[in-house]
Order: sequence, then C-alpha cells, then structure tokens
Amino acid sequence: MHTDAHPHDVPRDALRSALDCELTSSAQAWLKTALSEATADPASLRAAFPTVGRRCGRGALPGTGWSTEDAVRALLLTALPLSGPALAAEVTALYERGDAAERRAVLSALPLLETADPAFAALGLPLVRDALRSNDTRLIEAALGPYAARRLPDEEYRQAVLKCVFCEIPLDRVAGLAARADGELACMLADFAHERVAAGREIPDDIGPLIRRFPQAVQESGLFAEARSADPARREAALRVLNALTGAA
Amino acid sequence: MRIFDPHIHMTSRTTDDYEAMYAAGVRAVVEPAFWLGQPRTSVGSFTDYFDALIGWEPFRAAQFGIQHFCTIALNPKEANDPRCLPVLDELPRYLAKDKVVAVGEIGYDSMTPQEDKAFAAQLHLAIEYDLPVLVHTPHRDKAAGTRRTLDVVRESGIAPERVLVDHLNEVTVGMVADAGCWMGFSIYPKTKMSEDRMVRILRDHGTGRMLVNSAADWGRSDPLKTRKTADAMLAAGFSAEAVDTVLWRNPVAFYGQSGRLELQELTPDDSALFEGNSVRRGGE
Repeated sequence: MHTDAHPHDVPRDALRSALDCELTSSAQAWLKTALSEATADPASLRAAFPTVGRRCGRGALPGTGWSTEDAVRALLLTALPLSGPALAAEVTALYERGDAAERRAVLSALPLLETADPAFAALGLPLVRDALRSNDTRLIEAALGPYAARRLPDEEYRQAVLKCVFCEIPLDRVAGLAARADGELACMLADFAHERVAAGREIPDDIGPLIRRFPQAVQESGLFAEARSADPARREAALRVLNALTGAA
Repeated sequence: MRIFDPHIHMTSRTTDDYEAMYAAGVRAVVEPAFWLGQPRTSVGSFTDYFDALIGWEPFRAAQFGIQHFCTIALNPKEANDPRCLPVLDELPRYLAKDKVVAVGEIGYDSMTPQEDKAFAAQLHLAIEYDLPVLVHTPHRDKAAGTRRTLDVVRESGIAPERVLVDHLNEVTVGMVADAGCWMGFSIYPKTKMSEDRMVRILRDHGTGRMLVNSAADWGRSDPLKTRKTADAMLAAGFSAEAVDTVLWRNPVAFYGQSGRLELQELTPDDSALFEGNSVRRGGE
C-alpha cells in the first residue's frame, strides 16, 4: 500500500523554488507580474489563468510530481488576498470557468489553499464532488488528493475509490487510502471482484492488498459460492481470485 | 497517411467513429461550435456546450489517439434568436482557452440583419483575440451569400489569410480564391460536395489554401470522407505530397495561425489520459 506523502501536499515554497529553477526568464517575469496582479486585484487572475500553459509550459516539474502549468496555477491561487467564503467564491469561479487543465490545477491546489487559509476549510468540497461526478479521469485523480482524503465523508470517499477502480485509475494515486480503507470499502471491492469473476473478467491487481487487510470482506462476498459454480470457467476464475485475495482457497 | 479533419462535430459522433477515423489515418480534428439540430433557448445551453468542447470532448478524442481542438462562436442560425444573443458576452472567456484555435462557425444562414450584426461583432472578436476565423457559407442562395460574406470579411479589416470560407462548391470557389481566403470543402454522402467533384476542383484550382473536411455531424454524413477524398486524389494521379498538403499541411498552417495548435503524437492506448507524467493500468 502506498504510504508516501502525496505530491499535492508539497509546501508552497517548494513549488516556488522548483519553478524558479525550471521556468525560462520570460516565463518567470510573466509569473512575477501575474502574482503581483493577483495580489492587487483578485479578478485579474481570471484573464491570466487560461494562458498559463502557453506562458510557462506544460512539462513535468522535476522533483515535485506536479506539471509546470498546474504548479504555476496553484501558486497563483495561493496569491489571492482573500479568505474563507470570498476565497472559495473566486476559486470556484476559476474552476467553473476553466477548461479541463484549469480545473485539474484548482483541484490539485486545494491542499495548499487549505494550508494557507484555515478559513477555507471544507469550502472546496463542492469542487471535489463536481470532479468526482465527471468521467474525466484526470479530474477524478486530481480531486482525490490529500484535501479529499482529509475532508471527504466516509461514504463519499469509498464511492470515489470504487469509481477509480471502475475507471482504471491506479489506487496508489489516491491520497490517504492506507489510512482511510475500512472493512466497508473492502466489502465493496470484494463484491466488485465477485461481479467481475461471474462475468468471466479479471480483477485489477491493486485491489488485492486492500481487500486482504479485511479478511471478513472475502468471507461475506459471493466468491466462495462462486467457487462452487456449475460453470467450470466461473469456478476456476473464482478459485484464482480467492487464492489471490486470501492466500489459500 | 496522416489526416487532419478541419471541420467535424464529434460531439454528435460515437466512439466507433473515433476508432474508424484513427484507423483511416485521422490524427487531429477541429470541432467548430454550431447548432444542435434542436434550437437552444438559453445562454447556459451554449456555455455547457462550449465547456464540453474544451473539456470532455478532447478527453474522449485522446482516448482514441486523436487530438481535438475547437472553434467557438455563436452560429449564424441561432444569432436570429434574441434568447441566444447574450452568449456573445460569454465568448471572450472561451476565446482565451488553449484548445480554441479559431472563432467559428460564423457567417450567414438566412442573411438577416441579426446575422449581419453577429457576424461583424465576431469578426472583431477574432481580431481582438488574434485568432483566425472559420466562416460558414449558407446552403441556400450560396453564391449571393458567399459574395456578401466576402464583402463583410473585407470591411472588417481582418487579413484574408486568417479566414477560412467553408462549404464551397464549383460556383463559389473562384471568388474565395480571388479574395485570398482559405477554401474549405465539406464532402458529404449526398449533398454539398463529393470526392470526385473535389478532385476536379483541385485539378482546376490547385492545392494551395485548399482544405477538405467531412463536416460530419448528427445529419447524414461520413467522418471518413477526408480519407475517401485522399484516396480519390491518389486514384486520379495526385502525388502523396499533394494529398498531405490538402489533408494535413493546409489545415495545420491555417489553424496554426492561432499559435495554439500544439500537435503531439498520441496513441489510442489511453496513456494520453495522464499526460505523460504517469502510466495507466496495463492491459484491459
């Protein structure tokens, strides 16, 4: 199970120094101006925000796990001289008016906003929920960072993890999963495994470790009944999965 | 063979189409904003559609190895509905987006005073946002409509090489060539233009500033008409070089004027979903 710190939990200053190393001098100059304008007039960020990729580049930002454009946008968001509901309103407007890349950046920046402004608190959750309703895996993945791990209620968190399994987002990208996994989630995943086996399909490897932590989940699933199926193919598939999930069928 | 479809409404098409297009050589498309068959009644209906053009649709296309760009505008038909007109105020924020490579489709449907106004206003937006323009020509009264279109373009002051005039035919191609604009041809199963007629036009007028599109949408249309036209060109003795000029280099040169046509190689294995900084689950 993935336990390392999530890249979105990076301190703002670390992003800033990484950008100082990576950005061209013209991009740095642009960023400096955009930062001071955002500080002076929050609404000015609406014009700068869509152009970040073209101004600063889109490649990976070395040593951070961020893309350059996401990191620049996150930095700009944390420059807004607003707090609490006013900050949330501006961030929400940028998200709602944003294309997919802008929305991804806003979602990735939520932990930084939470750290910079304690009054921001849970006010970013509507954006997380909006992204989790989408079918865009880039947004779903960005939504499930440390902010969601800290703030999303249990039921919603479990549904989000299950959604990742369905849309093939590797679970090691979901922040906080080691700490937040529980028997209920393991049961949902074991039921999912049963459905897959009954359909003659394979199960993704990365749900195994989570299910194994809660042996009861396998007991309560239909996998043992499936292993007695009249259909030899379903029987074999069930035994194979049971073997993987329990170590002994 | 690499193909760039400079005008196709993928929102109305299926994933089977994306697969078939990739197999035929299509690697990039531009989806112009247009009407949906069912008239819109509010600005919100437009903005949801525009959001899909810069959000969901490029994501969907990338899954099939195709890069998706779009053009944004109030289309001529709905420019006649006062409930839709206020969308003009929403356009600037969309014209700033990365994957928006032109203003369009603008132009004439029935050549009404309302269409005049929306057309002129959006030509000015294109100048202001430094974007090229995709201009639709009317299906009815096409020759007169195209003449009037070229007059309005001239009066706006936009450079003719930043204007693509679309849905042309044998009767209208000459005046657009003379005006210095790019020339677009929509190849349809029954109407507008066929592959063989297109080949004759290319023979008569050359390949310079010529673009071929499928304009496939929710009507009877075929997203593979670009490839079929390329094959017809080859069968008629055009070189592979000439085919590449019409089906790839010309659309790249035209939309490249936006400065936002960032072309990259995608593969249809979904790895594009994670933009290079991560790898998706292996296998299916």
